[in-house]
Amino acid sequence: MSVFYLVVPLALILVFAAVAAFVWAARKGQFDDLETPALRVVPDDEAPADPPTSPE
Amino acid sequence: MSATLAERTSAAEEAALGTVPSASVACAHCALPVPAALVVAEDATQFCCGGCRAAYDVLHRAGLAQYYALRQQRAQAVRPSWRSYEEFAHPAFETQYVRELPGGLRQVELYLEGVHCAACVWLVERVPLVLPGVVRAELDIRRSLAAIEWDPTSTTLPAIAQTLDTLGYHPHAFRGVKREALRRQEDRAALARIGVAGAIAINVMLAALAMYSGWLQDGMDATLERYFRWVSLALTVPALAGPGRVFFRSAIAALRTRTLHLDLPIAIALGAGFARGTINTLTDSGPVYFDGVTMLIFLLLIGRYLQLRGQRMAADASELLYSLTPNAATVVHGERLQEVPAAALTPGMTLHVRPGDTVPADGVVVEGASSIDSALLTGESRPEGVVPGSAVFAGTINVSAPLRVRVERSGEESRVARLLRQVEESARRRAPIVLLANRLAGWFVALALVLAMTTFIIWSLREPSAALDNAIALLIVTCPCALAMATPLAVTVAVGRAARRGIFIRGGDVIESLAKPGELILDKTGTITEGKLALISSDLPEWARPLVLSLERDSRHPVAEAFRRAWCGVTVPNALRVEHVAGGGIAGTVGGRQVVVGSPDFVAARAHARSHDPFVTVPDLTPVHVAVDGVTVGYASFGDLLREDSAAAVDALRERGWHVRILSGDVASVVARVAHALRLPPNAASGVVSPEAKLREVEGLRVARRRVVMVGDGVNDAAAIAAASVGIAVHGGAEASLATADVYLTRPGLTPLIELSDGAARTMWIIRRNILFSLAYNVVGVTLAMTGTINPLVAAIMMPLSSITVLLGSWYGHSFDRAPAQSAA
Repeated sequence: MSVFYLVVPLALILVFAAVAAFVWAARKGQFDDLETPALRVVPDDEAPADPPTSPE
Repeated sequence: MSATLAERTSAAEEAALGTVPSASVACAHCALPVPAALVVAEDATQFCCGGCRAAYDVLHRAGLAQYYALRQQRAQAVRPSWRSYEEFAHPAFETQYVRELPGGLRQVELYLEGVHCAACVWLVERVPLVLPGVVRAELDIRRSLAAIEWDPTSTTLPAIAQTLDTLGYHPHAFRGVKREALRRQEDRAALARIGVAGAIAINVMLAALAMYSGWLQDGMDATLERYFRWVSLALTVPALAGPGRVFFRSAIAALRTRTLHLDLPIAIALGAGFARGTINTLTDSGPVYFDGVTMLIFLLLIGRYLQLRGQRMAADASELLYSLTPNAATVVHGERLQEVPAAALTPGMTLHVRPGDTVPADGVVVEGASSIDSALLTGESRPEGVVPGSAVFAGTINVSAPLRVRVERSGEESRVARLLRQVEESARRRAPIVLLANRLAGWFVALALVLAMTTFIIWSLREPSAALDNAIALLIVTCPCALAMATPLAVTVAVGRAARRGIFIRGGDVIESLAKPGELILDKTGTITEGKLALISSDLPEWARPLVLSLERDSRHPVAEAFRRAWCGVTVPNALRVEHVAGGGIAGTVGGRQVVVGSPDFVAARAHARSHDPFVTVPDLTPVHVAVDGVTVGYASFGDLLREDSAAAVDALRERGWHVRILSGDVASVVARVAHALRLPPNAASGVVSPEAKLREVEGLRVARRRVVMVGDGVNDAAAIAAASVGIAVHGGAEASLATADVYLTRPGLTPLIELSDGAARTMWIIRRNILFSLAYNVVGVTLAMTGTINPLVAAIMMPLSSITVLLGSWYGHSFDRAPAQSAA
């Protein structure tokens, strides 16, 4: 059972990495709006054939 | 009050026409039928109005035609206001709404009307392609807020606003920008805390699992057990010091102010559990409690976060109220007109208010005669005539002719702003939604700790070898999960199912308030009735209909719209020389015949004979007469129709014990007639009730400890809706009432109210059943553990069973699934 002395700290390091990633994402605002991005992926972007130069 | 048939054509109104369904050609932008008069034979693409043409042109020039393939539902006919949005460039506006970004960019958040689907997101976020100088446009569809960043050297905010307007999304400045950044920080920090607490709780739980299974197998290796205890302790310290600190902070604050706070028992439970666990770890004896402590922190933080989100949504909504009140005004400077933000208005200024515009400030009419639609503010269903000297209020809509208004009170001082302040205050005064589960969980854990210690002490005295096992069994078996989940699960299931039936419920406490019948106050206009003028009766020869429709085709007046709705499918000839007269009517030449439509006085002044006499006049209806070639040939009466299901729904609600009343801002006689139609006693209906009086009435009932449910649709109801025990906004209501309401009905009519009442009662029954079950379970479990009947293994098996039972009970509880009661049909 001495493997625990190695495995538990390793697991905790992994957990720490995951938590750090989550906190980073939360602070960066990745979870601010959970609805719009889902709609944003729907269309395939195609480059505008005629880039606008003078729209008005 | 006389009919106020008066019109004035403008570019904006041209854009609004196109609802005559006489042609079969579909508009290339909005797919509505194109009026025959506007069909251009040789064109491949046809448009119902100038607005749609402009939007189509913009999209094609910018290479965004893909929009038409993307959208799932047809677009709405574009009704741009053609406003200059000049006020968006005013210094007063800039200091209030615009943020400067590093690198010289500017940022603003605009509330957009009419964004609803993926195609809208796509289109709004491609504004940078349409307008060079816009760096970024990002839409949050849940709140209809667009964050826009632009380079002030290459474009201006008014140009951006005009572009959005052309595409059919009317922009409004969003007041909450400054607070928004702060809030986002708070939200993110709360989320980060939950993440940390969750990760720790689950890992401590894993360690605890290892220790529990060790005990079950007659003891684990002592060194290994000590190791797991120390690992748990090491993980619990950051959980308490980091995410758990919030509970201690508010508990200490509560102690200082000598008040009882929810966080107090929680802090005691956390503190005691941790202290005892640490001592046990150091002395290497007894249970450690760390799993319970960390899990409690995690679950409580989630509860708190959801609560915060709910409050945020309410606060956001009241910000949106301000966005919808007019934020621009046209000021008259001698001969020149200038657009300024409403915030820059001061008493004494003279304003120009175009027909169709919202009056931006309270004031007195100094020039012009028109009619004012104050339905939003007072609930009055018919536009009211104004002449020089009449008072007008911010938030009302000028219907027919241009007006000059001298400002008396503006901004925060105006009546609508004071009303909205009351809305906010009522919303704030309302007791915070206390999560019952949280409160119970705190006491529950404290009690479980005490009981576990008692068990341990008693058994140590009697039979020391079993003491530890029994204490652990008790801690495992008294999992608060079932109790904590009893309410939220039933509520969540009910809210989800109600939403599928078009009933949106904002919080769990609403269900509790609706479960038992109480006072039910209904607004009239728009709630019991359709909220718009409809043709109720007419005596008009068949041949005259196309003539009338032809005149009314391009008009935005409510009477004209009612004519068009009533007589759709009639082929319409073209009208010439159409003349709109404020407060009177409309006249013109159709197919060589002189046609006059308007109030009896207006028509009588232009006709010399009547085809028959007298015309029937129905009280409370708006009469409109029609004359052709100088002969009055017929009349039509307009009124606000009852919704089809109103009478049946009110009957069904009264049958269930609700005390139904009507409070309306409309004329007393109209209200009395509606009450009669609903078979309500005359004393249950009051007319001419101002928004302020509605609020007082609701507050009075609440002071008398009555449960008040307020159902309404307009700004005039918003304060009362916010003050009521439960506020319900009906389909098609003003955003203001939606914002403050606890329940929003997306299906028209009052029938959903019956479902709501029945569903709430059933949900409460399920909650009670759940709580009763989990209490019974815990009492039995604690008894078994304290008497030493069960060992930790049996306890571990019993624990999830209780949660699963509660889960199944909530899921199969049929809270909102049954069809609405038949008596409502």
